[in-house]
Amino acid sequence: MKLNRHLASIASLVAIAAAGPALAETTLTIATVNNGDMVRMQSMTDDFTKANPDIKLEWVTLEENVLRQKVTTDIATKGGQYDVLTIGTYEVPIWAKKGWLVPLDNLGADYNVDDLLPAIRNGLSADGKLYASPFYGESSYVMYRKDLFEKAGLTMPDKPTWDFIKQAADKITDRANGINGICLRGKAGWGENMAFLTAMSNSFGARWFDEKWQPQFDQPEWKSTLQFYVDLMKADGPAGSSSNGFNENLTLFQQGKCGMWIDATVAGSFVTDPKASTVADKVGFALAPDNGLGKRGNWLWAWSLAVPAGSAKIDAAEKFISWATSAHYTDLVAAKDGWANVPPGTRTSLYKNADYLKAAPFAQMTIDSINTADPTKPTVKPVPYTGVQFVAIPEFQGLGDTVGKLFSAALAGQSSVDDALKSAQDVATRTMTKGGYIK
Amino acid sequence: MARAISPQKKWTFTILAWVVALILFFPILWTILTAFKTEGDAILFPPAFLPPHWTLENFVTVQTRSDYFKHFFNSMVISIGSSLIGLVIAVPAAWSMAFAPAKRTKDILMWMLSTKMMPAVGVLVPIYLIFKNLGLLDTLTGLTGIMTLINLPIMVWMLYTYFREIPVDILEASRMDGAVLWKEIVYVLLPMAIPGIASTMLLNIILAWNEAFWTLNLSAANAAPLTAFIASYSSPEGLFWAKLSAASTLAIAPILVIGWFSQKQLVRGMTFGAVK
Repeated sequence: MKLNRHLASIASLVAIAAAGPALAETTLTIATVNNGDMVRMQSMTDDFTKANPDIKLEWVTLEENVLRQKVTTDIATKGGQYDVLTIGTYEVPIWAKKGWLVPLDNLGADYNVDDLLPAIRNGLSADGKLYASPFYGESSYVMYRKDLFEKAGLTMPDKPTWDFIKQAADKITDRANGINGICLRGKAGWGENMAFLTAMSNSFGARWFDEKWQPQFDQPEWKSTLQFYVDLMKADGPAGSSSNGFNENLTLFQQGKCGMWIDATVAGSFVTDPKASTVADKVGFALAPDNGLGKRGNWLWAWSLAVPAGSAKIDAAEKFISWATSAHYTDLVAAKDGWANVPPGTRTSLYKNADYLKAAPFAQMTIDSINTADPTKPTVKPVPYTGVQFVAIPEFQGLGDTVGKLFSAALAGQSSVDDALKSAQDVATRTMTKGGYIK
Repeated sequence: MARAISPQKKWTFTILAWVVALILFFPILWTILTAFKTEGDAILFPPAFLPPHWTLENFVTVQTRSDYFKHFFNSMVISIGSSLIGLVIAVPAAWSMAFAPAKRTKDILMWMLSTKMMPAVGVLVPIYLIFKNLGLLDTLTGLTGIMTLINLPIMVWMLYTYFREIPVDILEASRMDGAVLWKEIVYVLLPMAIPGIASTMLLNIILAWNEAFWTLNLSAANAAPLTAFIASYSSPEGLFWAKLSAASTLAIAPILVIGWFSQKQLVRGMTFGAVK
């Protein structure tokens, strides 16, 4: 009798163990960056898990440079710690070519991939295949104080030139009252000052490399870019601007210390937020400036979701990506938090939505900015690389940081523009020779 | 005979010490105060020293968004676990180096210390691969292990310096009385070395608590300690200072309290062997 009971218990345990895998849920580990839209997504996931009760979501939220280092290590060693990665337009083409990402072929019939903005879709594709799906996209534009422009008797055109920006900055600067004509990034880093300066240099006709990968910092276009930038910032920029990045300039602008600020379109929602900005109702938007050469100084970036090749849960991961980057998700955010808070810059349909255009004063200028950036032809002269504010090669991260330091030092007055450019040319030549691009 | 210090000199040094202490503590104080400000007040210019509108909103948001207690638990396990395991290894190692030195003991000590001079990122990929192959990625076992290994040289050094102050005659007397090696260590050496062991352990807990390179790189969702909790509030675009400060305050509070209560032991630990 006792033996029978034992046998029955063992049989039940075996049955439970055998049924386990069938009932087991799939846990997706999602690596993401800390920004408003991504954080909001985490609070919306009930909608996904209700429809997919067998999928559990775990989040790893980190600062983007930390995340980049972690994810790169994991993916290069095939660690398989993450099932969904948040990566940008810089990583996608490089990682796709290395075979580190899974092509997103099964996003579902309702996904409507043709609705994705063409510029963003191109930036996330390699060999005609989509390797990451955009969660939100951004470009850069001019944010300006309408009241200060009015006071100075100026009217900001929708498509300003750099000459106009300089004249306006000179007029608006009022040191006695702590008003700086313009605030721009000066903090060293490939994603900080070099994102801005590379995009700016495109509008001056400069390029990082010629068609044979020869560095171009010794050319007059780079000299005019950097000289213009340093002169503009010295005359009209805030004190200590060589250590200002996005966050520092955002604070200055929100406190009413900047007449103009050229930076990421995502800042539009911050500077018009009355809770944080003292100038919320006085902000206007315009396209990034040009020099009449056919290219504007705006960039293109999209935080996107991708599946690493090491993941064992590709189907579930694609299901999640399809949900998070769908038009349905946009509707969900609109219903819960309002149209002004939906992730911008990924789908054409959003910019035809009257409710969105009404709720977001920066919407039209955002889409116009995104549409004027072309990552496949970023410069006036031809180049062998893709990327507007970066060069999509693995060496760029290190090289961009080094050149960023040199240019930041020129802005701080620690070196001359000529010396900074000469050093940049030397270091770029060394890097490209070492990388085997040139001999 | 000690020289007398004039009251004037005493006052000058006291004031100087307070000024230096305040300067060192100011960033922490500023972080704590910012945690109680609204996002708007946090970026006021000129800055407001005390929050114009005191609020607990940031703490509530941080707890709603991230599971503070899970990260706190992981930090406790990693720092206390690595310190205890470290002591089990470091006490016998330091004993042998202090009381039974060999010809190359000094060289071994220097070599152990030299491993601390290597940039951690230089061995990230090999360590990552070892962790991956052993299934230790994102586990408390793995992180406790790596913390033990990283801090072991410092623990051995601190204990070695402390043990050297203990007269070897006492240990010899216990041997004469028939104590075997483990009894000598447990019943004679350890009771005399308790202050040194306590300060070594405390310092190791603080080092392990604050370590951010390995804990960030070898953890993901399950074993991430408070360093990952803070890192999740940092952002190059759209940084929310008040929330970041609230997360930092929550992360440093436990170690600040431990440090405050054990400052005597810590100071003693730092000055081992300074005075003979």
